[in-house]
Amino acid sequence: MNAKILETENVTVSFDGFKAINQLNFSMDVGELRVVIGPNGAGKTTFLDVITGKVQPTQGRVLFKGRNIKRLAEHKIARLGIGRKFQTPRIYLNLTPRENLEVACNRNKNVFATLFQRPSSDERRKVVSLLETVGLVAKADIRADLLSHGEKQRLEIGMLVAQSPDLLLVDEPVAGLTDEETYNIGELLLALAQSHSILVIEHDMEFVRQIARKVTVLHEGSVLCEGTIEEVQNDPHVIEVYLGQQSA
Amino acid sequence: MTVDVAPRMVRVERRWQRSLLIEGAIVVAIALILIFLMPPLLAAVGQAFRINLLGKFLALGIVALGIDLIWGYTGILSLGHGIFFALGGYALAMHLKLQIPPDASIQLPEFMSLYGVTELPLFWKPFYSLGFSLAAVILIPTLLGALLGYLVFRNRIRGVYFSILTQAATIVFFNFFNGQQRLFNGTNGLTDYKTLLGADVNAPQTQFAFYTLTVVLLAASYALCRWLTSGRFGRLLIAIRDDESRVRFSGYNPTGFKVLVFAISAGLAGIAGAMFTLQTGIISPKAMDIAFSIEMVIWVAVGGRATLVGAVLGTLLVNFGKSLLSEKFPDSWLFFQGLLFLTVVTVLPDGLIGWMRSQGLNQFQSLLGRRKQVITYPSLEEDPEVQRERENLGN
Repeated sequence: MNAKILETENVTVSFDGFKAINQLNFSMDVGELRVVIGPNGAGKTTFLDVITGKVQPTQGRVLFKGRNIKRLAEHKIARLGIGRKFQTPRIYLNLTPRENLEVACNRNKNVFATLFQRPSSDERRKVVSLLETVGLVAKADIRADLLSHGEKQRLEIGMLVAQSPDLLLVDEPVAGLTDEETYNIGELLLALAQSHSILVIEHDMEFVRQIARKVTVLHEGSVLCEGTIEEVQNDPHVIEVYLGQQSA
Repeated sequence: MTVDVAPRMVRVERRWQRSLLIEGAIVVAIALILIFLMPPLLAAVGQAFRINLLGKFLALGIVALGIDLIWGYTGILSLGHGIFFALGGYALAMHLKLQIPPDASIQLPEFMSLYGVTELPLFWKPFYSLGFSLAAVILIPTLLGALLGYLVFRNRIRGVYFSILTQAATIVFFNFFNGQQRLFNGTNGLTDYKTLLGADVNAPQTQFAFYTLTVVLLAASYALCRWLTSGRFGRLLIAIRDDESRVRFSGYNPTGFKVLVFAISAGLAGIAGAMFTLQTGIISPKAMDIAFSIEMVIWVAVGGRATLVGAVLGTLLVNFGKSLLSEKFPDSWLFFQGLLFLTVVTVLPDGLIGWMRSQGLNQFQSLLGRRKQVITYPSLEEDPEVQRERENLGN
């Protein structure tokens, strides 16, 4: 269990001299559910951009399962087993939830395999069971733009899982959701954490308390502190930069 | 749970196969009507010349299918399909221009001797062979499309930038063909065809054969596009249109998909150009005019993006409208075209077929006074969960 699924070594990302991420060292164990919090502009989303290949780090290395994934294209990183959920739900609105999941769970993603091979019965069974996991069986065959915001969020998480990734990156999954929907998403993530490593970025402290085991606080592009939710909440630096702001 | 899933999938599969069979039958029926019923019908009402017109427009329908594939489904707006259309036309026209009687004193297309060319240019020689020419009709546009597509899509050029690039390419090709009098007869283009496979190109039977071939090719192109857009591949095209970066993060490389679709759509344009050339008797750089490429997009917009039937229907409607209106009001077609485009953009953004699918049926029914009454909130009527609960309550 001591193998690291994700490590970054001295990663710096600078946009025209502004360092969105500054000498970031971060590591995560296999099977871990980690929550990253931090005030606005702390570099949380940029951090995910670096891992998934959307942004190239100016310096440093990103290791996934011990392999350097810097400079790989987004789709190659995704194929290695990193799934990413965006802040706003990014699903294919003109397809049905079933089709959305089918697109995501395709085993062989090159052009001609997609064109000539029919989905295997394994894949279709997987789609059906995923529809159940995310609670969209009844709405499996209507267009996805008719889904509510919370359903879209769950569908996108389902699409991540359909890729069978080893690491799920989840960016603010409960923004704009009701308390009940938030709780459901939390339960869904906890269930998924049994078989995946998950990295969640979140603002909502209530939600963080529901799911967090270990929390990392980012501030101005670097790790400010790391620990359980109680440790983090009692850390004077954290209170100063983040929680302090909230209570003020 | 897995037990009761399998039979349902089989049932869905069967229903799908049956609807596919019905659709195929309809397409074949329409093709047969076009081939066997339309000519005598038009002749009976004294409009026999319109059959040639119909043939041309059906040929244009093939390129409209290609545009629908790349624009309607994949969301890439190409304003340069005239290039591929013209290349297909030129490839076949070159073969036709080489049908020189063996006893003729100069074994060259007549325009070449006019410009003082004494020997056939090297790249014309393969076009003596009909097989090569037919392959070239499809392959030259396809390969050019693949090359252009690869260079552009690999660098993630999208949206307006791609459209502008295709326009620029159109101008480049237009100027090249327009300027090469000695190679392609410049602005006059290749015209005055005599024979093909020994048959007189302008004889009514030959023209009817071209017409029939056009119908068959249109049906085949429709089948190809239908196959491409129906399965997982088609869904991925829509996915690329809706959210390309999501597709990347799902582990697909969109470049390959876009290149393939662009190449296929270019190949279809080439076929269309060849059939159009056969039936108009001329291919000139005018086919690479930017306005013509934009017109193609208008046909698809009128019929309905991402509906294959709409692409063909839009082509026929707009072009017949054009020919009828320009007979009556020779100078004002462009105004009508502008009006048509504005109407489509403002009133029918999904085109005719798209409108029919979404609300047309309902509006038609309410005109007949048979409107389905909505007694609750529409969102509840639409919600499958509510409907399922209702059914279960009934039990």
